[in-house]
Amino acid sequence: MALSPEEVRRIATLARLRLLPPEEARLAAELSSILDYVRLLEELDVTGVEPMTHALASGETPWRQDEVLPGLSPDEALANAPARDGTCFQVPRIIE
Amino acid sequence: MSASPLLDRSLTDLSAALSRREVSSEETTRAVLARIEATDGRLGAFLRVSAGLALDAARASDVRRARGEARSPLDGVPIALKDIFLTKGVETTAGSRILEGFIPPFDATVVERLLGAGAVVVGKLNMDEFAMGSSNENSAFGPCRNPWDLSRTPGGSSGGSAAAVSARQVFGAFGTDTGGSIRQPASLCGVVGLKPTYGRVSRYGVIAFASSLDQVGPLGRTVADAAVLLGAVAGHDPRDQTSSARPVPDYLAGLEDGARGLRIGVPREWFQGGSEAGVERRVREALATYERLGATLVDVELPHSRYGVAAYYLVAPAEASSNLARYDGVRFGLRAPARALSDMYGETRDAGFGAEPKRRIMLGTYALSAGYYDAYYLRAQKVRTLVRRDFDRAFERCDVVAGPVSPTVAFRLGEKVADPLQMYLADVYTIACNLAALPGLSVPAGLHPELGLPVGLQLVGRPFDEPTLLRAARALERELGPSPAPGGVG
Repeated sequence: MALSPEEVRRIATLARLRLLPPEEARLAAELSSILDYVRLLEELDVTGVEPMTHALASGETPWRQDEVLPGLSPDEALANAPARDGTCFQVPRIIE
Repeated sequence: MSASPLLDRSLTDLSAALSRREVSSEETTRAVLARIEATDGRLGAFLRVSAGLALDAARASDVRRARGEARSPLDGVPIALKDIFLTKGVETTAGSRILEGFIPPFDATVVERLLGAGAVVVGKLNMDEFAMGSSNENSAFGPCRNPWDLSRTPGGSSGGSAAAVSARQVFGAFGTDTGGSIRQPASLCGVVGLKPTYGRVSRYGVIAFASSLDQVGPLGRTVADAAVLLGAVAGHDPRDQTSSARPVPDYLAGLEDGARGLRIGVPREWFQGGSEAGVERRVREALATYERLGATLVDVELPHSRYGVAAYYLVAPAEASSNLARYDGVRFGLRAPARALSDMYGETRDAGFGAEPKRRIMLGTYALSAGYYDAYYLRAQKVRTLVRRDFDRAFERCDVVAGPVSPTVAFRLGEKVADPLQMYLADVYTIACNLAALPGLSVPAGLHPELGLPVGLQLVGRPFDEPTLLRAARALERELGPSPAPGGVG
């Protein structure tokens, strides 16, 4: 199954990846080859098979109490921010 | 500088020597730091060495030992961590440019427990970017090499962890395993690597790749070392909602019980000519050894084995595309300069992610996108159920399943980078264990007869039955001895 360059661009937009044209072409070829390979799964009849939505049996992992516990202080949370303004993360403009 | 007799000791032996006060943690840690200094320029196992912190921790441990207040067998033992574990105040990158300079504000639970046990963490180890890879060549900070042959890869993604333990740079290490990332490098570097049952070890503070598959585990030079390391970190953590509440057994308790009476399942599908001859020979010899030791070999079938890689390369990228959405240049990590927010996202992620994470983000985004979810992700999750049922059926007739870890010994740098699919197929025997959430282990099974490179035997067990895996691995190790020291780094 060959992915078109348009399709690759559409997925890149969904994934917030900016790709340069040579990268687009390379990814189109690589993803097409991987998707061809995973078509192997179509051989299997999965009618009536439950998907494995949890890796552990139910009851294996207990619920915790819903209570407030100490977390990071605003300064700790902001310490790695590329840009901050007071106690806020600062980002480039959203509206021109 | 070749490794001194001190550094050649196993972790368990060192622990005993520390407790008899024959050697100090400071002296050991200085030897470890000197060894890293002398060898790592060639090996590339470390991304960061924290000499000052390590020596402080070593001296504190010596004070505790002198007062008879050792906290655990790990007190004073120098170890290192894959750079995927958050370490408070120490840069953590997951091998990615997008996290360069990131200083975590807290410790992962695993790190907290290791420091609480008195372990001396000497540094952070090289890895494939975001744990995506089977050769460590996807690290943004340069490859790690195999200490048996510097022209070859150590495997991946926990390549630095396996190389450092094998090269006598540290006495043990921790890695993570999503599709084989502990077991495959352990096999290629001739050390013991254990991926515990999903839910056995907390992932809190471990940078996420594929959350339904990721699990933390130890790498050691002996089976007992791996058992001690696992015991130090296993157990319930309320901060990880996938963490099991089951009590943690004493992993050393049944270690010497031998192979007599064990039923070892040999899956037909793992012996159909998919491995190179030298690998298959050592694996079959290991099985024969078990038989000689009083175990019974049982033919079992894992009919869905051939679908494992395909299911994995839908589930793992899908979950990765979601987990890696957080690297957006807003709260931490790299931010590319841009005038508008939407451009900033794209530019940051383009500059920060290497080729493999991009490939998987794209694949995962596609597999989850409108119109494709049922055909890809949902179908793959159903196939996981079939893979798990195969093992459930096999375990009605056997106690562990045994086979190769990797179809080949360590391959050369550059050999598989041009073809992503070829690289993915390096995980053909290890992936099923992650899909089925089972524990798996790699134990040295000797050297390839012509190439002289390590071959690992894989053992897969029932959920939470790590004790049987360790016991079986120890039985083989007792016969073969632990893997010898590698010759590639001097």
